[in-house]
This record gives sequence, structure tokens and C-alpha cells, in this order.
Amino acid sequence: MALMKKRKRDTPEIPSASMADIAFLLLIFFMVTTTIDVDTGIGLVLPPPVDPSATPPPIKQRNVLKILVNSAGQVLVNDEESSISMIRELVKKHTTNNGADERFAESTEKALLSVKVDRETSYDIFMKVYDEINMGYLDLRRAYASQTYGTPYERLSDAQKKDADEKYRKKISFAEPEQSSK
Amino acid sequence: MKFEKKQANTKQEIPTASMPDIIFMLLFFFMVTTTLRDTTLLVKFVLPKAEAIEKIDKKRFVSYIFVGNDERIQIDDAIVDLQKIEKIMAQRRIDIPQLIVSLRVDRDQKMGIITDIQQKLRNADALRVNYSAKPKEKQL
Repeated sequence: MALMKKRKRDTPEIPSASMADIAFLLLIFFMVTTTIDVDTGIGLVLPPPVDPSATPPPIKQRNVLKILVNSAGQVLVNDEESSISMIRELVKKHTTNNGADERFAESTEKALLSVKVDRETSYDIFMKVYDEINMGYLDLRRAYASQTYGTPYERLSDAQKKDADEKYRKKISFAEPEQSSK
Repeated sequence: MKFEKKQANTKQEIPTASMPDIIFMLLFFFMVTTTLRDTTLLVKFVLPKAEAIEKIDKKRFVSYIFVGNDERIQIDDAIVDLQKIEKIMAQRRIDIPQLIVSLRVDRDQKMGIITDIQQKLRNADALRVNYSAKPKEKQL
């Protein structure tokens, strides 16, 4: 009798039936608070600071596509009036010209872009311009990818992507800012 | 007697003993993937929209500079002076050699302030920059 009594007391258990509910509660909390947000943006590698005494390397004028943007969002490409939405086509034309048109670059390798933006230009306008330029290059890379590899640019392997990027490498020079008078 | 026979002697319950384990597994997944926002934004900004955007998948290399609609500049949890950016970023560059500086700038800001920041970044040798932008809605 005495033994029986002892054994009964020996098996204390925490009720585990509600364990799942507790875990569920936590799970739902984390599911609700989780935001899987990815940072998106347009990349740029800045040039290292320049020595003011150094002379810029000689570049043929025709190889440079000069894009000027004023504070009102008006665009001047190679001294001709243009618009933001036309930049994309002009970038493509300039880069793939291969000497055909006198106003554009001699070859893809030599093609350069020069962008100069007024200090008063809004960031939004600058982003539109920069986006257009990047879209121009992206279009060229996409075309190159489907032509050479027969697959969309997005699905290329790393090496192939590098090749496509190298073929139409972004050579953009942002004009050195002038010392502000302030 | 007849009634007793009808009763099946197999268990009809789904074993729920492993239920907590399954749930915990899911829980850990979400706990690991959750990144609670570690900086409180002191400035207000609306990001511009762009089409040719890339994702930054190496988040641990990224350092943010926020520029709000009142031209204030925030790095981490504090509003900083333009002149201090160079020093801060030069230090970061030493800590993280692959540093990417993400510029989250209000779209109505003038380019002047951005050029100024970029000059500081160039001096600090933090050359990889990302202009943060939201993807454009696809046109139908």
C-alpha cells in the first residue's frame, strides 16, 4: 500500500497540449512583424578624388556624349535640345554607332558619357536621367545576351553576365562640381 | 456484445506530440529571417522611382545615409553635419572594406546636397554608392 502511493506521486508532467498553441502565438507574432524587404536602387562607383593639378586624358570630342541637365529638367545632349525620355535612345545610338554617324562615338569601347547636372536640379530629375542612361545600357546588354547566348540577360550565368556587362560597360563621367559660390 | 465488436481497436488520433516541434521550426525560421528595423528615422523622405534598379543582396556591407525633405542628414541614429560624413565613412571603410553606401534621399532635394555628400564620400574613399529607389509600377 505504501509503495503504491509513492509511485503515483512520481509522475508529474507538465501539460504539453498547450505547447503548440504557445508556439503558434509566437509564430504568428513573428510572421506579422517580418518584413522581407529588399533594398533596391541604382548602383554607381564614384571616381577617386582627382588631383587638381593633373591634366585630364585626351579624349576625342565625338566619343563623348554630353548630357546637360538644368534645374528645370531641360536636357541638352551634344548641344542639341532634347528630353529626358530621349536619352535612352541616344545612349544606345551613341554606344552602338561604331563610326557610322559623325556626331556619335567611333566604337563601343571608346564611347563615353558625360553627365552634368545643375546644383539646383532636383534629385528626382537626376534619378530619371540616370535611370534612362542605365536603361539604355540594360537594353544593349539584354540584346547582346539574347543574341550571343540565346537567354535573357537576367538568366545568364555569372561569367556570361560579366561578359555582357564588359561588352557594354558603363563609362559615365560625372562632371566635377564647380565650387559653389556660397 | 454486438456493440463492443464494432469498436475499432486502431487509434484514430493524429499524433500531436510532434506538433510543437514543427511549429517551433517555423518559429525559428521567422525569428532568424526577421530583421527588426535598427534605426529610427529622424528625417522624412520619399524615395524616387526608377526602372533600371538592382537589388542589394549583401546587406551587411551596406551603410545608409538618409537625407530628409528638410536637408538634414542622418547616419545611423543621429543627425549629422555634412562635414562629419567624411570622417564617419572613412572609419566605416576601414571596418568594412566592401562598403556600399546607400543614399536614401528625398526626391525633392536639390542635387547640390547630393554632390556635396558624394565629394565627401570620394574623399573618404567610400566609392561604391547606391541611389536607393523604389521600383516603378509596371505600366499596363
